[in-house]
Amino acid sequence: MTLYVLCFALFLVGLYGILTKRDLVKIILSSGIMGYACNMMLVLFGYRREASYPILEKGREAAAMVDPLPQAMVLTAIVIELGIISLLAALAVRLFQKYRTYDITKIRRLSG
Amino acid sequence: MITPYFVIIPLAAAFLIPLVSKRKTGPAVLLSLASTFALVVLSGYAFFGRSGETLVYRMSGWKLPVGINLVQDAFSSFMLVMVSLIALTSLVFSPRYIDRLGGDAKYYSLFMVLVAGMNGVVVTGDLFNLFVFMEIAILAALALVAYGGRAHEFEAAFKYAVMASVSASLILIGIAVAYSATSSLGLATISRGLERQSPILVLWVGGLFMAGFGLKTAAMPFHAWLPDAHSSAPAPISAMLSGVLIKALGVYVLIRFFYNVLGAPPLFLQIFLVLGAVSIILGVLLAIGQWDIKRLLAYHSISQIGYILLAMGLDTTLGMIGAVYHMLNHAVFKSLLFYNAGALETALGTRDLREMGNVSKLLPVTSGTSLIASLSISGVPPFNGFFSKLVIIIAAVQAGQPLFAFVAVVGSLLTLASFLKVQKFGLRGGRPVERLIGEVDGGMKTAMILLAALCLVTSLLIVPGIRETTIDPVVKVIMEKTGHAQIVLEK
Amino acid sequence: MRDVKPGLTVIVKTVNRLILWMIFLYGIYIILHGHLSPGGGFGGGVVLALGFLGVLLAYGRGFSLNWLRLGTLRDLEYSAPLLFLGFGLAGMAWGGAFLANFLSKGKLFALLSSGVILPLNIVIGLKVGLSLFLVVLALAEFDPSQGDDE
Repeated sequence: MTLYVLCFALFLVGLYGILTKRDLVKIILSSGIMGYACNMMLVLFGYRREASYPILEKGREAAAMVDPLPQAMVLTAIVIELGIISLLAALAVRLFQKYRTYDITKIRRLSG
Repeated sequence: MITPYFVIIPLAAAFLIPLVSKRKTGPAVLLSLASTFALVVLSGYAFFGRSGETLVYRMSGWKLPVGINLVQDAFSSFMLVMVSLIALTSLVFSPRYIDRLGGDAKYYSLFMVLVAGMNGVVVTGDLFNLFVFMEIAILAALALVAYGGRAHEFEAAFKYAVMASVSASLILIGIAVAYSATSSLGLATISRGLERQSPILVLWVGGLFMAGFGLKTAAMPFHAWLPDAHSSAPAPISAMLSGVLIKALGVYVLIRFFYNVLGAPPLFLQIFLVLGAVSIILGVLLAIGQWDIKRLLAYHSISQIGYILLAMGLDTTLGMIGAVYHMLNHAVFKSLLFYNAGALETALGTRDLREMGNVSKLLPVTSGTSLIASLSISGVPPFNGFFSKLVIIIAAVQAGQPLFAFVAVVGSLLTLASFLKVQKFGLRGGRPVERLIGEVDGGMKTAMILLAALCLVTSLLIVPGIRETTIDPVVKVIMEKTGHAQIVLEK
Repeated sequence: MRDVKPGLTVIVKTVNRLILWMIFLYGIYIILHGHLSPGGGFGGGVVLALGFLGVLLAYGRGFSLNWLRLGTLRDLEYSAPLLFLGFGLAGMAWGGAFLANFLSKGKLFALLSSGVILPLNIVIGLKVGLSLFLVVLALAEFDPSQGDDE
């Protein structure tokens, strides 16, 4: 139970960062933290007590393993996150070229 | 089986385009037009030829609790027709407009990835697969919003990307909770599994999905990114985003999940009603104050999405007819309005209504079609917007919600006021315009005339006789609620 | 003494030259054993991309691009998903469904086993390695002091 609460706390840390930070790079890092929290949550949901890693090897039974499907899902989610974060980084660099700042309060051409 | 081709064709086109067209955009345009045309034909066949059937396609031949399956029923086919039609007109509109932005083949490649993502979301019957396709569509949309390479476009894309990552995290947690409760990812098996679980769990899953997909739908408290992103994108992309993306990724998934998976829990329907009513009024009030034509249209998207949410929340067959019908109508007239805005921007070099003037002589096609679209969105007969709004209002009254019916009427009147402003200042104003700085070419005119004709043609869909073969099967699928899971599982 | 050549010092370049092939070999090993042990296309592809990244850091942009031929890399990257789709369609033609297995499954725990998973892993490894490298390259191309104020 504690682990779930900690995961949720990590998620809230990321959300807090996105909502309050003014630096573009910090916002990108916060979105990454939020993604990690989700991934950890997924892996935790696949956990079984006293179970071993889900790899089929010579002489091992398939029974006592943790659920491998959430791990596969996490891998996919990480790939997607990689895409979004690299896109965010590229956008941040281009914004810096245009505005000469990473401060989001100074980047306000669109409002209203 | 035709279902997987809705993803294969655009995806193959997306990666073939950069290979075949290095410098010139000619082959890219041809290839993307050909593949979208193929999609229109295929989806038309699926919708009119195989209507009422539920097609289940098993990826790699694995059956449901294990494998991923694609489910195509009347509702999916309806969405596919909508996506393909708008994509085709958008591509017809594009070449000249994109050349002006210094365009290259990458635009068409990204466009096809966007179409592939949306089609994937619509045909998939697996929750995690849906998430992946959603992210594919969003990533392509982000790149396309920033395509013009100007400062405000990057700013809008950045906001949109942050919002997309927040909503993706919420949806991922929702998927994790649903998976931990039911040990499966298929929508049908999740539906069966959640029936046996405690209501608290349904509340958790529903709440997380409501927040996640609500962000994608841009209903009122979640709307902050939409006006920026939709007004900064190139005009054909604005039409895709406002016309179909928020519906395929937002409304479609909300209807599919809350009706066919969770079985329409009353609490969430109540939330839909309130969100819808708030979006209708606040969206249109914010729109009236705008002078940037594309920003005004973007705020109207929020307001019109409000109608769909409100109709969804009524939980009656008539309400659902209104929601589905308004979804199609909004796709048609809002895309047309964005094309008009793009044509005006090309011809006059500005998006500010105050700097425009009387162009009805110089741009007869643009001003004519924009009049039709404005009348449609404001709900003036005999155009399609009138009928869908009428159905929604009648459904609200019949469901015993006269207050929400009143909200819908007020929203419609305010919409009319706001489009009178567009017509007065933008297209038929007192200030005469002598000379145009750019030309509205044949492709743009074709796209606009095509959609203007559709504005009239789709108003026929509600006529008894035609309705039975078009909208009724779609509504039947939705109103089966969790019975739909049974049909999928028996296949 | 100042190193006038682009890139990092001669120590880094020498070490890079020594371990570059080991990194590539490790990446290829992970890709090929994806169906037997942890790893597979994505993990191995990332290791390959890190190998390329080492060259980029040690020798500088100009040299790496000369060595690598950007156009060919791009074309390879675009054709990898087409290959994947090709395998999927082949599964449709001979296996009965999209991405279904149509090759011999072989013996359990042998390297050449488990049907189409091995070729698909190779395709994914190629795609991930090249895309990741091209993403880093594109980001390295940005010069914050360049670009116009608006």
